[in-house]
Amino acid sequence: MTLVQFANTAIGYPQHPVLQQISFNIEAGEVCCLLGANGCGKTTLIRSLLGRLTLQGGNILLQRRPIRDWRAHELAKWMAYVPQAHDSPFAFSVLDMVLMGRSIHLKTFSSPSAKDRQQALELLENMGIAHLATRQYPSLSGGERQLVLITRALIQQPKLLVMDEPAASLDFGRQITLLKKIRQLKSEGMTLLMSTHHPLHARAIADRVVLLSPLGAQQGSAAAMLTGQKLAALYDVQEADIRHHLGIEI
Amino acid sequence: MKCVPVTAIIGLLLLSGMILALSAGKYPLGLSDISQLLTGNPPHDPRLSIVFWQIRMPRMLAALLIGAGLAAAGTTYQGMFRNPLVSPDILGVSAGAGMGASVAILLGLSMLYIQGLAFVGGLLVVALVCVIARFTRRQDPVLSLVLIGIAIGTLCGAMISLIKVLADPYTELPSITFWLLGGLNTITINDLQVAAPLTLLGLLPLWLLRWRMNLLSLPDEEASAMGVNVTRLRVIFIVSATLVTASAVAIAGIIGWVGLVVPHICRIITGANNRQLLPMSMAVGAILLLVTDTLARTVSSVELPLGILTAMIGAPFFLLLLMRRERL
Repeated sequence: MTLVQFANTAIGYPQHPVLQQISFNIEAGEVCCLLGANGCGKTTLIRSLLGRLTLQGGNILLQRRPIRDWRAHELAKWMAYVPQAHDSPFAFSVLDMVLMGRSIHLKTFSSPSAKDRQQALELLENMGIAHLATRQYPSLSGGERQLVLITRALIQQPKLLVMDEPAASLDFGRQITLLKKIRQLKSEGMTLLMSTHHPLHARAIADRVVLLSPLGAQQGSAAAMLTGQKLAALYDVQEADIRHHLGIEI
Repeated sequence: MKCVPVTAIIGLLLLSGMILALSAGKYPLGLSDISQLLTGNPPHDPRLSIVFWQIRMPRMLAALLIGAGLAAAGTTYQGMFRNPLVSPDILGVSAGAGMGASVAILLGLSMLYIQGLAFVGGLLVVALVCVIARFTRRQDPVLSLVLIGIAIGTLCGAMISLIKVLADPYTELPSITFWLLGGLNTITINDLQVAAPLTLLGLLPLWLLRWRMNLLSLPDEEASAMGVNVTRLRVIFIVSATLVTASAVAIAGIIGWVGLVVPHICRIITGANNRQLLPMSMAVGAILLLVTDTLARTVSSVELPLGILTAMIGAPFFLLLLMRRERL
């Protein structure tokens, strides 16, 4: 079943088009990785999918319904968003930060219950960061913040998880933990879309890889997309360099 | 949990502040006098009854209401604009409300209109600040909001001066000048009857939605991805906080610093979560203004304007916070 469909989509801003004629599908239950050079439009594409940017043409369909017709509270039941780790102007505790993800499940005038807190603590435990629960979010390292933001998206209980370079600030061990977590979520039936700078991450987990370049989007299986030739064209380097630096045959 | 003793301490401080405010003054009242008056027994001196019911009680209630209101408005503006440096006075909302109220006084209108025009003036300023902030996106957002507020506030101050020039020097000018000094010395029960319901009306949404205030401290696209209607929520908070500010300004003039300093003090006690922060800010704001007002009318033979005292306490305290803490 097709969950998300980019149909001839043009994204960007009125005076500054970023990408045009993007067409690809994300099937329910699969992991889709977005790859592309810096500034190619990965974040713009994610913001468009979140409904935060007006499309410059074409359509993005979620469940065959145009994204612009979805109200924020309807969309939030389907889709959760993990931004790149950022700063917060106020020193919220990690637990408070995670609990904000419950807002869609709470009545307008209520705040998280003991049950919600219990769930948040279990998820933090699950992510291996239970010891951070009472720490202040701004005092965490970039990698720790990233894990908190992922936990916050999971407590929203989405069917589709959208992540913007979730591995960017993680150390090597935590990158592996993240990839394992993604596989586990997939096995539980979640659909995932993530942008990444690591072809090896994509190869490890992706069912579908989308390459974004100014020429448009190409999609296919990980094996078909992550070839030395395609990656060399995508990142504007020599094919030999790709083979040399990734250290393995790709 | 550590929050129980903190709540008890704050409650105790509030109670003692109230007793102090009711007893101190030219006609000192003891605890027994106060309880006698409260239970409706006539005191030995009939003047005490007037002092208690007509002067001290309205003044105490106004101090509680305005202190809690300004602190709640400050907490709201800070959380909503993601900016720990804003407050009703720094954003220019107080000056805008002051301008509206001055116009109403100039025209000789009643308290209800003074309130109404103060609200309109305050809303106009927030709207203007928000619109201009959209055009200054290339600047640092925290700094530019503060600077826009200061500029608009100065503009409103100039308008108030202009109104004073136009005012009748024998009737309207003294009342505008007197009112602008900022103080609770002229509060009557009639003022309270108008201001109290409006303040409470503004505080109600802030109180009910205070957990959701946290969500507005996140970048818009994150809050939106969590299902929050960011624009609607922000408008509700702006209108409510401005109503609270305008009601305070309309009866007591421009009282600075409370809205800026109190949320910072309270974040040290409760943390940043508005679910606990907002009630704490309201309580501490009420205590601070009550104590300051009691000091203002008792430390010297002449009553000191309240605005002078809040600035003398608030400004150094804020500078101290700025130097001591890594993050506000």
